[in-house]
Amino acid sequence: MSIKILTEHCSTPGIETFEVYRQKGGYVAVEKAVKKMTPEEVVEEVKKSGVRGRGGAGFPMGMKWSFLAKPEGIPRYLVCNADESEPGTFKDHYLMKTIPHLLIEGMIISSYALGANKSFIYVRGELMYVIRILEKAIEEAKAAGFLGKNILGSGYDLELIIQPGGGAYICGEETALLESLEGKRGNPRNKPPFPAVKGLYQSPTVVNNVESIATVSWIINNGGEAYAAVGVGKSTGTKLISASGHINKPGVYEIELGLSCDEFLNSDEYCGGVRTGHRLKAVVAGGSSVPIVPGALFLKNANGEDRLMSYESLSDGGFATGTMLGSGGFIAFDETACIVRNTWNFSRFYEHESCGQCSPCREGTGWMQKVLNRIEHGKGSMSDIDLLVDVSKKIEGNTICPLGDAAAWPVASAIRHFRDEFEWHIQHPLEATKAGAVYMGAVLV
Amino acid sequence: MTENNNIVFTPERLAKVHEIIERYPEGKQKSALLPVLHIAQEQFAWMSQGVMDYVASLLHIQPVEVYEVASFYTMFHLEPVGKHVIEYCRTGPCVLMGGEEVFGHLQQKLGIKKGETTSDGLFTLKEVECLAACGWGPCFQIREKYYMHLNNQKVDEIIEELSK
Repeated sequence: MSIKILTEHCSTPGIETFEVYRQKGGYVAVEKAVKKMTPEEVVEEVKKSGVRGRGGAGFPMGMKWSFLAKPEGIPRYLVCNADESEPGTFKDHYLMKTIPHLLIEGMIISSYALGANKSFIYVRGELMYVIRILEKAIEEAKAAGFLGKNILGSGYDLELIIQPGGGAYICGEETALLESLEGKRGNPRNKPPFPAVKGLYQSPTVVNNVESIATVSWIINNGGEAYAAVGVGKSTGTKLISASGHINKPGVYEIELGLSCDEFLNSDEYCGGVRTGHRLKAVVAGGSSVPIVPGALFLKNANGEDRLMSYESLSDGGFATGTMLGSGGFIAFDETACIVRNTWNFSRFYEHESCGQCSPCREGTGWMQKVLNRIEHGKGSMSDIDLLVDVSKKIEGNTICPLGDAAAWPVASAIRHFRDEFEWHIQHPLEATKAGAVYMGAVLV
Repeated sequence: MTENNNIVFTPERLAKVHEIIERYPEGKQKSALLPVLHIAQEQFAWMSQGVMDYVASLLHIQPVEVYEVASFYTMFHLEPVGKHVIEYCRTGPCVLMGGEEVFGHLQQKLGIKKGETTSDGLFTLKEVECLAACGWGPCFQIREKYYMHLNNQKVDEIIEELSK
């Protein structure tokens, strides 16, 4: 068994309660941090760990913390991004409902490190039942003296607030999240200024993903260097992977970064292989936004070397032959999956979720969806394929926030790697529109 | 602004609303909008103009500040809904797990399409985007409860149970 930093105690009965969590060593890191360490020392350990933002961007968390402005007399805020909405991603959902105190403990230590006295966990509104679980955990932690005024006699005060979202993917973008937290529509802000300087209520703010914050207790207990010793290269530590689609064992798995993609897909410890009796056609490795790749390019890079589950290895080859680790939303497609239909499905998602602020995204996501719709329904023409590529290029890089890129990449990559499938749809409309029809020319693994 | 004297939170909910408003820094009470809208929908089922105006009055903000938010976030129902609102996921991973067939069956079973309400007012079907339960799909949500690993038989059982 490989090292489990986040999920070691997830199968312990009662781990959602303060009592059991405490028995398993919970909140020891809070005691250590607030009693024996300065906030700067906590930041230093997190920096040393090399842990990278687990929401998808992969930016080093310690560095993000060190950017936080600290003007005198102005409050600072920590906001946890629990708006998990990227198709294929359900790890934060799993972690929060299973072991809520891991997040609460991480929030206390992180807030202490950043000098925040009021911190927020912004949870997607659909997960109201998880919000109830987190609120109960907060009450328990407060009753035990780990939250509220003068935590463990240290003089440090912290209030933790759970904020529900309202069903908007865009609020996973950190500045849209802050707008939403201020009671407004989730329109991303122009940057600069970055949240580290002007964030929530125009005060310096750090926004971190659930999984990122959940690593902090382990880092404080074991040291940043111990964390950095796990993983591979600049992909330190472990990562939660949400596995879905055509595999034998869908679920959430904690992997040590650097695990081979082949082992992740085929080992019984993880996905248990492609659905029995089927073969692998394509993979989305890191959530719906990252480029889709043929199965063979997920398992090995363009040079024929084994691909690893790490930020660097998955992106090896750039967008020509690589993809991204993203949020760790792994989706497997077997030979029964239609790439055109799936691309259309994802494009509907992005059209629906565009906030409408930037023209390239607002209009472009709609155009891509319409063109893909007509191809899928046997009414496409060959020029539509290049039209899609053209529209995707005009969105990419031309919007305030990354939703534009997120909408463009799945379309551009599907055409890059599965162009013959799009052509088949256009050239054989009668055949392609039959129920369950799938292009049979794809290379399978 | 419409006057509507029937729209008032229950004492318990009103106390909860005031508790929520209090938790934000001074002058930032608008932050309470989303949580209060959720409580409003819990009691009043949907966002009538009267409900939104009432929420605006509690937060001391303009009604339009509530309208623009309630209409931006897809969880808030802008039309009357049935007793049980079934929000089923239409996004890729649930489709791979057989979502299209299962939710096609659901529509047949209820005799309504997405966005519609059954004539007895019992069920409303709403198509939603990814519910962050991809490995446990196909899934739908009714109020706070997630229903996962759905198939036609499970759908039948849930509908029959809720129809009692």
